[in-house]
Amino acid sequence: MDLAERVLSGDKRGVARLISLIESEDEDAYVQLGKLHSHTGNAHIIGITGPPGSGKSTIVDKLAKAFRGMDKTVGIIAVDPTSPFTGGAILGDRIRMTDLTLDPGIFIRSMGTRGHLGGLSRAASGAVRVMDAYGMDIIILETVGAGQSEVEIVSHAHTTIIVEMPGLGDEIQTIKAGIMEIGDIFIINKSDREGADKTSMEIQAMLGLNPNKPEWVPPIIQTIARKGKGVDAVIEKIEDHYQYLKDSGMYEKMIEQGIREELDVQIKSQLGRIIKNIINEEKLEDLVKDIVDKNIDPHTAARLLLKDIEDKLSE
Amino acid sequence: MSERKTRILIAKPGLDGHDRGAKIVARALRDAGFEVIYTGLHQTPEQIVETAIQEDVDAIGLSCLSGAHMTLFPKVTRLLKERGIDDILVTGGGIVPEEDIPALKEAGIDKVFGPGTPLQDIIDYHNDKCGTGK
Repeated sequence: MDLAERVLSGDKRGVARLISLIESEDEDAYVQLGKLHSHTGNAHIIGITGPPGSGKSTIVDKLAKAFRGMDKTVGIIAVDPTSPFTGGAILGDRIRMTDLTLDPGIFIRSMGTRGHLGGLSRAASGAVRVMDAYGMDIIILETVGAGQSEVEIVSHAHTTIIVEMPGLGDEIQTIKAGIMEIGDIFIINKSDREGADKTSMEIQAMLGLNPNKPEWVPPIIQTIARKGKGVDAVIEKIEDHYQYLKDSGMYEKMIEQGIREELDVQIKSQLGRIIKNIINEEKLEDLVKDIVDKNIDPHTAARLLLKDIEDKLSE
Repeated sequence: MSERKTRILIAKPGLDGHDRGAKIVARALRDAGFEVIYTGLHQTPEQIVETAIQEDVDAIGLSCLSGAHMTLFPKVTRLLKERGIDDILVTGGGIVPEEDIPALKEAGIDKVFGPGTPLQDIIDYHNDKCGTGK
């Protein structure tokens, strides 16, 4: 049995192995993913993002338990940062989810970013597809602790949840571009701390500044995740949002957009590999020296190298 | 193309609440370029094995300072065997008396790192047995 068949037959180790293969960017991973493609598209993918320590993993834990109570299976992909210096990583999101480990309806996978910016790992979208084909009803994708511009999650998730907490900045932070623009649902976690109402109001005011009147107005929910408070309200809004996507036709548009982006990524990555194979190493080394000596600039040098490749391709 | 990165689960089985050693080892392995999955305190052997499967790790490092290593460590290796897994390296660390080590090895614990083990020894051991972290 190959890995794709093992995933489809419900073999957990097969799922884990295939995700590792995707992380290593092994050629066979793409073959296996190809075989799974027609079995995907059934899961509701939920993205969770927000600053470090805001309680993302704890919220994921509580949401997963609530979904299990509704008899839904849950896949979780939790991303933590890889060291840019050593390539190592401590993947510690599971610490908040230990109660989930032995539930056969749950599969958790931790990932390092491995140099990828944007809040996720390059393999995250592949891992989502594997879990989707494996039959998970809900897939929760948790980003690294995100600052302002880690917005990649939005092109991987149907429903994006931003987890904030009181006291992280004034209202100017809420009208800055970036992460605050991508939330379908806002959670103010640790809302027993001082300033929760103020934070809620600031986000509310920010949403009110939107000149386009969107059909979906992101709700703001206060939670104390550690105690499970507010989690039911979040679940309700997640379901409302999914229903909205389906009813409004946004869902189909999202899928198409996602496919376009994925195709673009694939083209670029495969093109990169092709270029690497046919680039003239000697010429490249000479050009590096020339650039160092200021005989040529990097832009012109790249054009020169690519001209060679263009000629080769047209042969 | 990036290579397969070695993944190591650092786990604390049982009721012992002392995790400084486990954290130091986790941090050292991180700095050596490994991906370390850290699950925190109070894990049952069943949870450890299930985590190792889902995370597709190459090695498990068990830390125990409570004296229950003779029960907990072999239980992990037994459960692995029951699930048909024979390609995950299992090591242990903590307060383990010298005379217990042969029995632990017999039970499938590949190596026991006692108190005072230089961190580099642990790193070298995993580099040697599972391939480099980088």
